[in-house]
Amino acid sequence: MTPNPRPSFTHWLKSGNPWVWMTAGAVSLSLVMVFGLLLIIAINGLAHFWPARVAKVVQERADGTHETLLGEFVDAETVTAARVRDSGGRVPPDATVVKRLLLKVGNRDLGDSDFRWVPEPEITTPDYPAEAVVIERSEWGNFYGFITGLSEHGKALDGANVWAELAPRLQRGHDLREQIAHIEKREIGSVNYQLEQLRLRERVLGKAGDTAGQQALLAPRAVLEARFAALSDTLAGLNSEIKRDGLLVTTVTGVERTIPIEKIVRLYRPNQMRWREKIAHYCVKLGEFVSDEPREANTEGGVFPAIFGTVLMVMVMSVLVTPFGVIAAVYLREYAKPGPITSAIRIAVNNLAGVPSVVYGVFGFGFFVYFLGGNIDRLFFADKLPAPTFGTPGLLWSALTLALLTVPVVIVATEEGLARIPRAIREGSLALGATKAETLWRTVLPMATPAMMTGLILAVARAAGEVAPLMMVGVVKLAPSLPLDGDFPYLHLDRKFMHLGFHIFDVGFQSPNVEAARPLVYATALLLVVIIMSLNLAAIQIRNRLREKYNAADH
Amino acid sequence: MQPTTKHEPGAARDPASNTNTMTLGVDLRAIHSPDAISSGPAECLRVENLSLYYGETRALHDIQLVIPERCVTAFIGPSGCGKSTLLRCFNRMNELIQGVRIEGSIKLRGENIYDPTVNVANLRRRVGMVFQKPNPFPKSIYENVAYGLRIQGIKNRRVLDRAVERALRDAALWDEVRDRIHESALGLSGGQQQRLVIARAIAIEPEVLLLDEPASALDPLSTLKIEELVYELKQNYTIVIVTHNMQQAARVSDYTAFMYLGDLIEFGETKHLFTKPKQKRTEDYITGRYG
Repeated sequence: MTPNPRPSFTHWLKSGNPWVWMTAGAVSLSLVMVFGLLLIIAINGLAHFWPARVAKVVQERADGTHETLLGEFVDAETVTAARVRDSGGRVPPDATVVKRLLLKVGNRDLGDSDFRWVPEPEITTPDYPAEAVVIERSEWGNFYGFITGLSEHGKALDGANVWAELAPRLQRGHDLREQIAHIEKREIGSVNYQLEQLRLRERVLGKAGDTAGQQALLAPRAVLEARFAALSDTLAGLNSEIKRDGLLVTTVTGVERTIPIEKIVRLYRPNQMRWREKIAHYCVKLGEFVSDEPREANTEGGVFPAIFGTVLMVMVMSVLVTPFGVIAAVYLREYAKPGPITSAIRIAVNNLAGVPSVVYGVFGFGFFVYFLGGNIDRLFFADKLPAPTFGTPGLLWSALTLALLTVPVVIVATEEGLARIPRAIREGSLALGATKAETLWRTVLPMATPAMMTGLILAVARAAGEVAPLMMVGVVKLAPSLPLDGDFPYLHLDRKFMHLGFHIFDVGFQSPNVEAARPLVYATALLLVVIIMSLNLAAIQIRNRLREKYNAADH
Repeated sequence: MQPTTKHEPGAARDPASNTNTMTLGVDLRAIHSPDAISSGPAECLRVENLSLYYGETRALHDIQLVIPERCVTAFIGPSGCGKSTLLRCFNRMNELIQGVRIEGSIKLRGENIYDPTVNVANLRRRVGMVFQKPNPFPKSIYENVAYGLRIQGIKNRRVLDRAVERALRDAALWDEVRDRIHESALGLSGGQQQRLVIARAIAIEPEVLLLDEPASALDPLSTLKIEELVYELKQNYTIVIVTHNMQQAARVSDYTAFMYLGDLIEFGETKHLFTKPKQKRTEDYITGRYG
């Protein structure tokens, strides 16, 4: 009975412990990476909406000139002193590294740039003037400065209590803007749409030589034109109304400006705000981000059309891919004779999943847009030509392209599900006098629904994050209207749409104002992840419910 | 996927087999123990020269057998002797297996079920089957029993209700499930599930009920219930049961067929076969000397 003297390395290796450590380590590494990424995105994206304090600093440059700056500190980095010296910065002689700060000074209409890097040694200690105001404008980005007064019809109002007067005027401007937007988008849009339909019908009748029919269209046309004129008049009235008020402001260097009230989106004094107000402001901004349309080349405002486009496209894709994939899987698994041809088809299907998505984009463009869309136009929308209806990139073609991209996943998952249904269940159904088709419909397919959902979950996860093929078959930087609206047929699958993935690419890499766009890239990325996650969670929830219902396969 | 089946018009062999109803004593010359049944019930199923091949392997050898009406006929024999295979021939379930070839004929009330004009789904409505392991569908108890009726296109709620209740009563399950008839069938115990499957099979009122080791996956109490049920059901159905358990065969069946390596060795009234077997191999098997 001599006990094992000391645990040797080989002994430890054989015990299996290294395996446990290795596998657990791999899992933790993956988790750290995933959560780290999400955390970075979340911090950078969500911080953007917080109302930062507005600092006033005096910058003294190496050449002795002074400049007063007013703005928000948004970033800081440490660089070598030599680099700052080379670019003409003022640095203490013994310093080797220098901190530089990125100051968002706004006022793009006055200065050359709204973001400025300043070396820390060049600036005085910041002070935070309570009256400093941030004005979010619908043009030219933020304004940083102070309010001096109000104007009406271009004339300054004397002796008025500016802040007391401002709120109702802002509200009035806001209301008028809403009315204008409503008339422009909805009512005039609708009239235009009907006029266009009328014009097309007239053209068809003209081609057929039906002059009586054309005459009959004149009356409704006149009605619509009269409505259009009336709306235009109302619009002109509102437009002159909204131009009444102006806000007199001055920058920190004393430049006087008048900002028309209609251009003001939001106005606040961050240095006076208390926590509660800041949180309220933050929530409003966040709400605006997910529910508003983008402004200023997508660097301001919200991303609602992109969210809408992404979700709608994924849904249309799901509707298209599920029947295709399921039918193909049923044929391959239930009806096709096992043999070399079936195996070849199966291998081909599996390989489809490995084709780069850009290739699908090119295929979609060539086949769906030009061939299918072109022919649909020639057959059904001939009277609209040469203006294309379906012969141009659009939502339907995007959804179809992505359906093609994800159909292998659905086929493979459904086949697995069908293979897992016990023989006993099929035989039980057949023994009751059901035919093969009845057995499939009544028993096998319902039991395979969890597997189909698994396929769909994987398909959605892949499709929602895909951008490259979409750039060729329907995604645009800015879509004039949503693919779903109140005009018949309500769902416009021929329209182009916005997509969060493409929005990230566009804002991040195609934007003229990189600094302003950067936080939005993070925020949009976070949003995209959240949306994909919620789509997946919803699908998983449905699948789990189905599994509970049909858990016979696990017995 | 369809197996190749050959059909031999076995009618020519024995003119008497064309008649639908006849006493079994007359035509038992064709089978192994001609005097096993002296007089008694009418013929329900007649197996003639039935051979079955799995690819090249012959699993059944030239089986000759008559299954009497409204009786329980048991198939016994060691594992792999072909008793389940023979049973599955009666509702053409073997056709689901690839590479199966069948020669000979089986007549259900004089009508060859392997005739090309026979509708297999219709045949399976007439010849119900219960499998070794309970295989309820993942649906409610009600929907399980109503399944076969719905397949036949019956939609009338009242007709379905009545049929479901009757089937469940006949399967001695009604009292246990009447309060949860719309709950999932998967929540039932194994024995209840097996009785549910029997109820499902008899809901469509088949002429013949095939039971493939219906109690082998159940505990003794459930087994007893199934056996009682089989005894009850033979008032109305012709029952063919495959079992490993010789006591069970002795208890429930009126006739017993002993099979060995694909051959039908002996067939006769159960009481005779178990007490005075004519064949040596039968005797060896029932006395436990092999198998």
